Amino acid sequence: MSSVIDARGLSCPQPVILTLNRLKEMDKGKIDVLVDTDTSKENVSRAAMSKGWQVKDVQPDGQGYRVILEKT
Amino acid sequence: MKNILASRWGIIVVGALIGILATLLQKLGNPANMGICVACFERDIAGAIGLHRAAVVQYMRPEIIGFVLGAFVAALLSREYRPRAGSAPIVRFILGVFAMIGALVFLGCPWRAVLRLAGGDLNAILGLAGLTFGIWIGTLFLRGGYDLGRTQSTYASVGLLLPLTMLGFLTLLFLHPQIPGEPKNDILFYSVKGPGAMHAALFISLGIGLIVGILAQRSRFCTMGAIRDLVLFRQTHLLGGFLALLVFAFLSNLVLGQFSAGFENQPVAHTLHVWNFAGMALAGLAFCLAGGCPGRQLFLSGEGDGDAAVFVLGMIVGAGISHNFGMASSPSGIGLHGVEAVFVGLAVCLFIGFTMRKKIA
Repeated sequence: MSSVIDARGLSCPQPVILTLNRLKEMDKGKIDVLVDTDTSKENVSRAAMSKGWQVKDVQPDGQGYRVILEKT
Repeated sequence: MKNILASRWGIIVVGALIGILATLLQKLGNPANMGICVACFERDIAGAIGLHRAAVVQYMRPEIIGFVLGAFVAALLSREYRPRAGSAPIVRFILGVFAMIGALVFLGCPWRAVLRLAGGDLNAILGLAGLTFGIWIGTLFLRGGYDLGRTQSTYASVGLLLPLTMLGFLTLLFLHPQIPGEPKNDILFYSVKGPGAMHAALFISLGIGLIVGILAQRSRFCTMGAIRDLVLFRQTHLLGGFLALLVFAFLSNLVLGQFSAGFENQPVAHTLHVWNFAGMALAGLAFCLAGGCPGRQLFLSGEGDGDAAVFVLGMIVGAGISHNFGMASSPSGIGLHGVEAVFVGLAVCLFIGFTMRKKIA
């Protein structure tokens, strides 16, 4: 199961709230989170790792990043 | 490149350094338990440009200028400068106004609340409890889908406007420096007594402001976020920095002989527990709804966030309103209209919180 969260342009802590809500719905799988600031990238990664998810990759995406989270 | 200052230990080191630098500023001339106070210093800036005429709190504080310009330089060097704006600016302005009004009922922002406690002012416990209560209300709105909407990428010049404003303030400070004993030099007001007359030398204040601006931009230091993340996510990352500030400011105060525990006769403080609590509850709720503490809003402004800049301007204007209409407290107690101000502020924040909710799918 794969899904995308578009958190670009959202203020703190919205990107983390959206990510954690999605993690709750999915036991495992792959989630791409789109963010536009380094702070959001760090916050989303930290929150996902605290829930046992891995940050598989962080890719530049437009003016921001695509944070790829995975749990197998 | 990995950002070391944003790590677990990085933010703890930053909090510790801020605690030490703030208490050092007190030794070097800033008011007691007010080495760094974002709300107080923005209030002093409002006084310096005559937005209010409270003669004891007028000074163009170089620390605030340094915070924004330091964060701006750090963001440029780390390629994090991203001009953006357009997320409910009028709401952010109003939240800034009431955050300031609440903070001035307590007599300090979250930064000063911690510095007051670190100096032995036990009234700060009520302020920090109120701050936590206000933030907790804010997290209920966040859980319920409260959201100010997305920002848009915009022209580089939009993000430059607040850093340029600060550069303008600095230019005014150089062009019209303080004349000893004079309340005014050309257009800038200067306190000749009271907290506004107490300050470290210009270059020391500016230098420490720049250092804190750089460190805080890199580490994402946020006092409101520390409590919010604990309440909302049970995350303690930002809390590490906040607690390090408290512990190291306390230790530094002991070394510098600046610690004196008690409720009575604390510097620039009053002992009205209910209003210490309520003022900071209002400020905490406003900071939470706006997504950052007053310091963080300055650092975000330096990164090009035009909405954070609007919040900052809201706080400066709010200081003018607060003093002009008798809402600000003083060591002798709360202002003539402080009570109404808190109730109106809470009502406005609740209105914003209840009405700006998106259904989270």
